[in-house]
Amino acid sequence: MAAVIKLENIHKTYHTGEVDVLAVRGVSLEIGQGEFVAIMGASGSGKSTMMNIIGCLDRPTEGRYFLDGTDVSHLDRDELAAIRNKKLGFVFQGFNLLSRTSALENVELPLLYTHDHVTADMQRERAVHALEIVGLADRADHHPNQLSGGQQQRVAIARALVNSPSVLLADEPTGNLDTRTSAEVMGVFQKLNDEGITIVMVTHELDIASYTKRNVIMRDGVVVNDALVEHRAIAEVELRKLQQAHQAVKLSS
Amino acid sequence: MALRALRRNKMRSTLTALGIIIGVGAVIAMVGIGNGAKSQVEAQIASLGQNVILVFAGNWSSGGVRGGWGSAGTMRVEDAEAIAREIPGVIAVSPEVRDHQQVLANGLNWYTQILGEGPEYLDIRDWPLEEGAMFTDQDVRGTAKVCIVGKTIVNQLFPNEDPVGKVVIIRNIPFKILGVLVPKGLSVMNTDQDDVIIIPYTSEMKRVSKRTNLNAIIVQAASPDVSDRVQRDMSDLLRQRHRLGPDRDDDFTIRGQQEIADAATATTRIMTVLLGSIASVSLIVGGIGIMNIMLVSVTERTREIGIRMAVGAHGRDILLQFLIEAITLSSVGGLIGIIVGVGSAELLATWKQWPMLISISSVVLAFLFSAAVGVFFGFYPARKASRLDPIDALRYE
Repeated sequence: MAAVIKLENIHKTYHTGEVDVLAVRGVSLEIGQGEFVAIMGASGSGKSTMMNIIGCLDRPTEGRYFLDGTDVSHLDRDELAAIRNKKLGFVFQGFNLLSRTSALENVELPLLYTHDHVTADMQRERAVHALEIVGLADRADHHPNQLSGGQQQRVAIARALVNSPSVLLADEPTGNLDTRTSAEVMGVFQKLNDEGITIVMVTHELDIASYTKRNVIMRDGVVVNDALVEHRAIAEVELRKLQQAHQAVKLSS
Repeated sequence: MALRALRRNKMRSTLTALGIIIGVGAVIAMVGIGNGAKSQVEAQIASLGQNVILVFAGNWSSGGVRGGWGSAGTMRVEDAEAIAREIPGVIAVSPEVRDHQQVLANGLNWYTQILGEGPEYLDIRDWPLEEGAMFTDQDVRGTAKVCIVGKTIVNQLFPNEDPVGKVVIIRNIPFKILGVLVPKGLSVMNTDQDDVIIIPYTSEMKRVSKRTNLNAIIVQAASPDVSDRVQRDMSDLLRQRHRLGPDRDDDFTIRGQQEIADAATATTRIMTVLLGSIASVSLIVGGIGIMNIMLVSVTERTREIGIRMAVGAHGRDILLQFLIEAITLSSVGGLIGIIVGVGSAELLATWKQWPMLISISSVVLAFLFSAAVGVFFGFYPARKASRLDPIDALRYE
């Protein structure tokens, strides 16, 4: 199994005022092709910093980071932007879609910044295809404020997919969603993972982490536990359970 | 992409562009007014004639009381003849005497200027006749009772008839009208140049004002190149003829057309510069408006910038997006401003009867300047946007 992400003794120190904050202190991690990993931990554990480093939004103070075999730990801003565009797809907690812009245009956004030449027709085609994958092709013309939270997050997933990235990064993707919608969104992630896409997700919710295949638990800037998930939740099953519970509540009332 | 952002904020974009619209419009209208005034003055100066040099008699003064130009009474017909005879490069000379008289004709009367001139006067001033003919050398020699009248005289004394062949009475002497002048309009000094009766200078001196001296001599040089030399030669000749020693001041004044033109155009040029710079201030204020709005926009769209950067936009892409927004605002504003400026200039021209001259160069300049304002005032906010840290920008609430 080829390592898509390989972290070697990563440190990250923030200099805020007089005190140096050691957010990450020596993390080594390998994530292979086709894995579905949840990075977990309480707030302040350094998981968000790890996410920023893995997402090439930030550079480690120390250590080396290989993404798809290339060392990206010392690239400059523009080179990092190009890497993000080509190899990474982001899904955020707050969806982060452009308001007053249609779903389709939101999905096309990364293609605007691609340096390979993509014609307008190809852009459209790829964006429509990405929306089809998340099951929202019929909502392409809707604006984010006309979509539900779950639908908005699926548009965000389509946007992350449109450049066929090596890794899909999700930062608390269900943080703003209710249980049912969370299960739906996790179902989309599981489906994508089944198709071979590598996914790295940051979350502090155990039940969300149980949808993944491997859980990495961080505390105080170091990895304290790294284990495969034994009883993996399957989104379809969970959804059915939720529906039954809902029915039961309806019947009893 | 940049245009889409502008369309989303129609009201704000319109108001921002309005600053530029007013600025560019004001510049174009103001410079138009200034240039119009300048061209009018130039036209008036050209109406003096080509390469004209005026020689005024000096001013008389006695015991501190000083008369006006020509009051010294030192300029004589012989001086004019000497100039014509002795100075090379002089192609025409007209001795001039001026007077004001109450004239009668047709049962009507009118107070007007009487000009005594030589037969070449109209050629020097490049002043054609509408009808009839100029008096001749023979009329001058014979102190003939003939005259040429301006359009204002025709309007006042011969409202509904052809004046040629009719008679005007000046100081009880009947003068036969030989011709009518083409209207010339206002002079540089804003006097009506058509309110005039021109008679042979000999007739004026012997019959009307009964005097022996001239007010001025009007000289035409062959070309602008010889004009300076002719002026010097005339000065020498007149000093010699008037027997002025080296310690005495001139008893005459020579004015070249160029000097008169320079003085008059300098005034209007100052006016144009003044109006233009006041208008430019409003253009700069408009630019600051753009900068202000772009800064607000950058702050407001910090998250959007973060998203764009996260999905792979380079700093350059963001810079370009905001710069294009600013330039679009300013150049669309500039284009509308040109229309507004030209429109209001036309409106002022017809309403106030002001001359208006809008040159292509001032339009192009105003447009380029407005685009430059966009670049200049858009650059700082755009650079600020492009330097944002994507992590901070994404977390920005």
